[in-house]
Amino acid sequence: MKIAIASGKGGTGKTTLSTNLAGYFAEKGEMILADLDVEEPNSGLFIKGESVYKEDKYKMIPEWEQEKCTLCGLCQDVCNFHAVIQLVDQIMVFPELCHSCYACSELCPTDALPMVPKKMGELNHFRKDNLTFVESRLDIGQEQAVPLISQTNEYIDKHFPKEAIKLYDSPPGTSCPVIEAVKNADFVILVTEPTPFGLHDLKLAVDTLKELKIKFGVVVNRHGIGNDDVVNYCQKENIDLIAKIPNSRRIAELYSRGELIYQKIPEVKHQFENIERYIFAINKKGA
Amino acid sequence: MKEIVVISGKGGTGKTSITASFAYLGGKDVVVADCDVDAADMHLLMQPDFAKSEDFFSGEIAVIDQDKCTKCGKCADVCRFNAIPVINDQYVVQPLDCEGCGYCSRVCPEDAITNESQNVGNWYISNTKAGNTMVHARLGIGADNSGKLVAKVKNEAKQIAKENNKNYIIIDGSPGIGCPVISSLSGAGFVVLVTEPTVAGLHDLKRVYKLVKQFNIETGCIINKSDLNLKVSNEIEGFLKEEDIIHISSLPYDETFTTAMTLGQTIVEYGESNLKEIIKESWEKVIQIVGKKSKK
Repeated sequence: MKIAIASGKGGTGKTTLSTNLAGYFAEKGEMILADLDVEEPNSGLFIKGESVYKEDKYKMIPEWEQEKCTLCGLCQDVCNFHAVIQLVDQIMVFPELCHSCYACSELCPTDALPMVPKKMGELNHFRKDNLTFVESRLDIGQEQAVPLISQTNEYIDKHFPKEAIKLYDSPPGTSCPVIEAVKNADFVILVTEPTPFGLHDLKLAVDTLKELKIKFGVVVNRHGIGNDDVVNYCQKENIDLIAKIPNSRRIAELYSRGELIYQKIPEVKHQFENIERYIFAINKKGA
Repeated sequence: MKEIVVISGKGGTGKTSITASFAYLGGKDVVVADCDVDAADMHLLMQPDFAKSEDFFSGEIAVIDQDKCTKCGKCADVCRFNAIPVINDQYVVQPLDCEGCGYCSRVCPEDAITNESQNVGNWYISNTKAGNTMVHARLGIGADNSGKLVAKVKNEAKQIAKENNKNYIIIDGSPGIGCPVISSLSGAGFVVLVTEPTVAGLHDLKRVYKLVKQFNIETGCIINKSDLNLKVSNEIEGFLKEEDIIHISSLPYDETFTTAMTLGQTIVEYGESNLKEIIKESWEKVIQIVGKKSKK
């Protein structure tokens, strides 16, 4: 079962929930956590495992071969992303803009633009007791997170059984990287905070998941701060409110040091039991 | 005219709350641009009037004319994004998967595929309660946040600033280090990094600063919630020194930010607090730095 943890707004507690839930579940059995927030991956700060495997990740981009090129201009014409530009006597490729669609390469009449791999980031696979942790990080200056997220998902699908519980720490927002991270999930936990910003971005995330037709529920983090609008919204919209994690400076301090919180704060552990029961129930329903 | 961009790497460090305070303090001298178009929140504090609204078109999506389609499957064969599955015996483009590369339409022997430009969101020009103009936007669901809407918002703000002889543009950027952030950085005169003393805050600060460095822009940093973890706070200060980043200020961990937010107010409008004073001083410091630079 694939469970993505997403939020709309950044900094609401996605990574806190992902890493702590992963730790909590791993006490009982095999557990897989993937950090798909490849622009700013943080889960690894909270989970220190042994490195099992590591590989560079590439995207395919065209490379110009001058001797084959007749400067016909077709490549520039077909590229919708302005990643291939023809100058007076040469072709320039802008790898950051390339979407790896292969059109220029495969339509080139003289095969002068073969696709070659270009590094965009790296994938790391760690292990700690029952917990498998996979994270990918995008190289600085790379613009597109989507290809790396998609390759990370492929890695997990290939290496781990379908029925295992897998948690995916997703990027913030509602645009392409989030869609890529959640689109194959069986269920999404939306983490929010009970503030106007939290509510506003929660609504965006809810609209996105409805559009994608993915089931979801909400966890309120920092419960007690702000106001009741998020809770009222969920009730009105018939959205399952799975758990409420209390607002506490102590939790913020533990988080600031890179520590897990569920073992130290009984109320958090209690809320995790709610989440566990909920996930167990929907998993059974789905099976 | 100077562009001041506020970014953070990590989300939730207080970027928008601080940017909105600056926008309020700047009043008539500034034009405000909310470039976090993916999860735009600044309007919740600035109460813009949405005086002007425009659709934003960007990118294309393939559309198959089923009457012309002979089901040869060439389009699906060349599509690297698996965006054209067979559904009920028809080749159908999945809009959320289609990248708009147009490859399929070029190989279709029946000319059955057209590329239609997509309405991916809206952008607005507003008057705010602070007496300034704000350019902001809303990206549609699942839209490709390629940075084009960010560039649009920024360019409109620039135009308005130029026409009205405004000194500063204040830009609220996105979290992360990808296309929208890169787009908000291009052409900036000063970068304000908002961070927090958590291991994640520091980790993300370092990554986003690596990106800023590639643009070679003068940079300052505000450490929010600075007393939450003094050890990490010190590490951040060390990092700032090492990298020659101006330490603008350190703010205390203070839930008043949230209290003000629930009232739709920036912290500088809400009551009297230490926090309010430090933010005022921070803004004055930013103007001073940016002002000095433009005289050079």
